[in-house]
Amino acid sequence: MLRLENVSKTFYPGTSDARVALNDVTLNVARGDFVSIIGANGAGKSTLFNAICGSFFVDSGRVLLDDVDVTMVPEFRRARSIGRLFQDPMRGSAPGMSIEENLVLAAGRGGWLSTAAKKERQAFRDRLALLNMGLEDRMKQPVGLLSGGQRQALTLMMATLSMPKILLLDEHTAALDPGTAEKVLDLTTRIVAENGLTCLMITHNMQSALDLGNRTIMMDAGRIVFDTTGPERSVLTVQDLLEKFRQASGKKLDNDRMLLA
Amino acid sequence: MSLTAILGLGQTALELALFNALTVLALFLSYSMLNVCDLSTDGCFALGAAVGAVVAIAGHPWLSIPAAMGAGMLSGLVTAVLQTRMGVNSLLAGIIVNTGLYSVNIWIMGGSSLLNMNKTRTVFSLLKDALKDTPMGAQHTLIIGGVAVTAVIVFLSLFLRTKLGLAIRATGDNPDMVRSSSINPVFTTTVGLCISNAFTALSGCLLAQSQKSVTVDIGSGMVTVALASLLIGGVFLGRRSIPLRAVGAVLGAFVFRLVYTVALRFNLPAFMLKLISSVIVVIAISGPYLKKQLPLIRRQFGARLRREAR
Repeated sequence: MLRLENVSKTFYPGTSDARVALNDVTLNVARGDFVSIIGANGAGKSTLFNAICGSFFVDSGRVLLDDVDVTMVPEFRRARSIGRLFQDPMRGSAPGMSIEENLVLAAGRGGWLSTAAKKERQAFRDRLALLNMGLEDRMKQPVGLLSGGQRQALTLMMATLSMPKILLLDEHTAALDPGTAEKVLDLTTRIVAENGLTCLMITHNMQSALDLGNRTIMMDAGRIVFDTTGPERSVLTVQDLLEKFRQASGKKLDNDRMLLA
Repeated sequence: MSLTAILGLGQTALELALFNALTVLALFLSYSMLNVCDLSTDGCFALGAAVGAVVAIAGHPWLSIPAAMGAGMLSGLVTAVLQTRMGVNSLLAGIIVNTGLYSVNIWIMGGSSLLNMNKTRTVFSLLKDALKDTPMGAQHTLIIGGVAVTAVIVFLSLFLRTKLGLAIRATGDNPDMVRSSSINPVFTTTVGLCISNAFTALSGCLLAQSQKSVTVDIGSGMVTVALASLLIGGVFLGRRSIPLRAVGAVLGAFVFRLVYTVALRFNLPAFMLKLISSVIVVIAISGPYLKKQLPLIRRQFGARLRREAR
């Protein structure tokens, strides 16, 4: 499904600020996999997502989506097959446009000059009703009026509307209050399971990294330092993960947010 | 002043407002929707006027309209390519194109900075002849202005509902979202600027033909005048649906003309128009900002007073 071969990326190359963000990363994700990604700040987790999406072009290596080499394909062309959520709930939808208009745009059906048919709009309503947030009755309201949690739920809906090949979640619940975060996370697992989506999720919550999905990878200094799945993963505890991190990187994980989560 | 004089004054104001309204609608697309302040508006307005005049003088009054709009599109394309493909800051791109258009416009007008259309058949003279024996006889200017404005409003209302229209709106509304979506912001910005500049050029073309002459500086200050009208319109119908907001933009053009006409009645010299429009733009943009800042300014001021009292 998704394959990264020896991908490297250095920011500000040739200057004293040069920083290796991805260091020879190779990763194979199978169809239907749900991979949780952990690592300290600056480990290269978001950079990994940027490389997959094409926010920049990688310095070396190849990115393959469904066996198609997309290494040099611009971001907006890859976006058709990639759904992405960011930590900032404001980032995924247009505040001045109505819920319905955002959904029409996200669905991406029809030609440039087409408008949403009545049937399609009804389908949006039905899907929004699944969120249990009452958004289906606010179709004509601007998205800017929604709360952060509602907006993130809407963004999730928008990202999965066009049935992407892969869903990338970049700490998408970190900016929400605990109750809302849990709700959005539940929604995420449900939508991913129902549609059999392939999913990569960055999280700072070690427990949910182990609870959710079927595979966990740990990153440090631009490399994947630990990759676990199957029976080995099912017996892991948060303490084990911290120990693995110490072994792999030769230092203690001193990230309060990660430990407290 | 007699009633007919007032009516005549009102009609002239209305006609001018209609022609300006086309530029206001152009900015409605580029400024309100796409969030690009297109500073090539002045030059593009004159470009439309010059191209329209030259084509009309060559004997093709009807062809002058699509020709002017096509020229406007081309100008919009250049502005868009500069800012999306060549790394030029969007404001600077507009200024550069505006400057370049000055030479282009004189070149189009055959090296002269003034063209006279007194004996030229224009769309207005054609309609005037056609309506000669009807009660609508003297209204040909209003009719053409009205039809053009209505057509543009209808077009914008329908267009902004299409997927392309929504994509253009999203590009202005949340660039972050668009960058990581399947919308290509280069494409939406280019299409948006081409369409808006076509309307600006149409605006210039019709104004020039209605006043039977074109000078190279016919568009000078147009961007500020249109922006002032747009912001006035936003006060009336700002937070409504797209068609209503477009109507609001036209309404803004009327109100602006009205303010201007009234100001002239108070013996304000005509050259003050540009200053008035500048002041209106400043008030409309900084007003809401200052209103938000007012409590803070009050507290700072209060603290200063207390400090000095000690």
